[in-house]
Amino acid sequence: MSNKSLTSGQMVLVALVLGYLGLILILPLGAIAVRALDAGPGLLLEALTDPAAQEGLVLTLLLAGIALVANGLVGIGAALVLTRQRFYGQHLLDTLVDLPLAVSPVMTGLAFLLVFGQGGWLGSWLDSIGIKIGFAFPGLVLATLFVTFPFTVREVAYVLIELGTDEEEAAVTLGASSWQTFWLVTLPNIRYGLGYGLVLTLARALGEFGAVLVMGGAISGQTQTATTFIYNALEERQESAAYGMALLLAVISVLFLLALEWLKHQHKKGRLA
Amino acid sequence: MSIRVSHLNKRFGDFIAVNDVSLEVASGELVAFLGPSGSGKSTILRIIAGLEQADSGSVFFANQPADHLHARARGVGFVFQHYALFRHMTVANNIAFGLRVRGLGRSAQNRRVGELLDLMGLHGLGQRYPNQLSGGQRQRVALARALAPEPQVLLLDEPFGAVDARVREELRHWLRRLHDDVHITSIFVTHDQEEAFSVADKVIVINQGRVEQAASPAEILDHPATEFVARFIGEANVYDGIVQAGQIAVGKLHVPACGLPDGTSASAVLRFYDLKFWREEAGIARVIRTMTLGDRVKVEAVIDDGPVIYSQFPRRSSLLAGIEPGCRIQIEITLARLYPHGDLPLQ
Repeated sequence: MSNKSLTSGQMVLVALVLGYLGLILILPLGAIAVRALDAGPGLLLEALTDPAAQEGLVLTLLLAGIALVANGLVGIGAALVLTRQRFYGQHLLDTLVDLPLAVSPVMTGLAFLLVFGQGGWLGSWLDSIGIKIGFAFPGLVLATLFVTFPFTVREVAYVLIELGTDEEEAAVTLGASSWQTFWLVTLPNIRYGLGYGLVLTLARALGEFGAVLVMGGAISGQTQTATTFIYNALEERQESAAYGMALLLAVISVLFLLALEWLKHQHKKGRLA
Repeated sequence: MSIRVSHLNKRFGDFIAVNDVSLEVASGELVAFLGPSGSGKSTILRIIAGLEQADSGSVFFANQPADHLHARARGVGFVFQHYALFRHMTVANNIAFGLRVRGLGRSAQNRRVGELLDLMGLHGLGQRYPNQLSGGQRQRVALARALAPEPQVLLLDEPFGAVDARVREELRHWLRRLHDDVHITSIFVTHDQEEAFSVADKVIVINQGRVEQAASPAEILDHPATEFVARFIGEANVYDGIVQAGQIAVGKLHVPACGLPDGTSASAVLRFYDLKFWREEAGIARVIRTMTLGDRVKVEAVIDDGPVIYSQFPRRSSLLAGIEPGCRIQIEITLARLYPHGDLPLQ
């Protein structure tokens, strides 16, 4: 796109969009970077080597890793079911996939507590066999899985529809089993879409706050994640720790953004085939 | 391997795609399924391949029922309209796919791939990816891939639909030559009559999910079994009328209706090449337009007190002498076909 071809009206529109993006995206991120670096790199490093910060970070990364694996498997399976099968209630399922996007994470945490928390429907029974979910690690896993569910399913389903069934049918007529068709034809074709969905999943898992706060309670050293660490640090006026962690998360997000761009580019290249 | 299909039915919702279809393809034959789009010809092909389940009816390979066989176990080579090449694999890996999933050794795979690349005129393209090939090359890769596991039957769904006219012509010759070399029982689906007649040993004309006629190209051209075939094959004028005094009057043009009793309602089908026009002031029609179509000229005329009629002549035909827009012409019918409504054709 060349600037020369823009009319004055279009230039105003572009300026408005850029100004808007600057205000709501770039300015806040820049402010965090400036504020965090203001405190000096030494202090920043010190804040991040604090055991509570490290435990929070490790917990968040662990949750993100679990979400990655679970959504990788379930996401592909659900996307295949949604796009390659015809069954009763399919439309309902298709709608339900988007539920976590529509529901507030805080509400989600609350709902999970009602079911799995102490005195919840399943909570008392789980308690009696020695499994604790609310305010414990399993609760954080559940909350994270819930909020990250749509991303991989949606991306993979989208690619599967775009792909059509021709190549899979060709594989079958050439004598491939369902398993061979999946590994040799379907999976290589959806790999960039899958990657895209998984990076979105990671980003969401890393950034989730409301559900893990309500479900986990942000107990330092137990259920405190990176985001709830920031919240607690701010509450306790440990600002350098809060900004340090926020900057670290921001840097990771930028890396994800670059990964998404690369995956999008690869997918486009592959589609030209 | 011979193929027999018996009383096949298939619906998609309310749409009847295949309506009680029975047909036979002899071992080693090259057969075309010819019909307009949406006629069900591709669905029949996909049922034979096992890619689609029939609602009822049976498919037999070499007189053995094949309905219970999964598509991967039918030993059928299938060529898709849009190639369906594996876009993330090289040409060589595409062709080797059917051998690889059968667990054939690496060196045997390579040998077979080399043979097929040579046979298909794709030498030196083995390491390319599909998106680096032309349409004609892609379709030849698709053909090579289907042939690699040495199938007993080759099915091609509109195989040349997605390439331009010149390449299509070339691919037709390929298919015909290939079949003459390999003699594999083959069926291809097409909506292009020229393609069907120039390539196939036998043409099966399909319309609205039914077989209209199954015969040699010459038989279908000379003796169309139904009104649909007569209209669809070649270009024709069609007039509906009622037989009176042994003929149907189309304006001043009288179409002989020998054998049909007076009062019969019928369609008269007049092929372009079953008509003769020549210039004559006392004629029964007036020329409106002449159109040059390559080596042929199409003439459009209006019959006195009647509708428009078309015919087509070689450019150097003596019949065209003096024919120009506005002139009067005489019309001679060399062959008329009559199809009584709601009844079987007489002659």
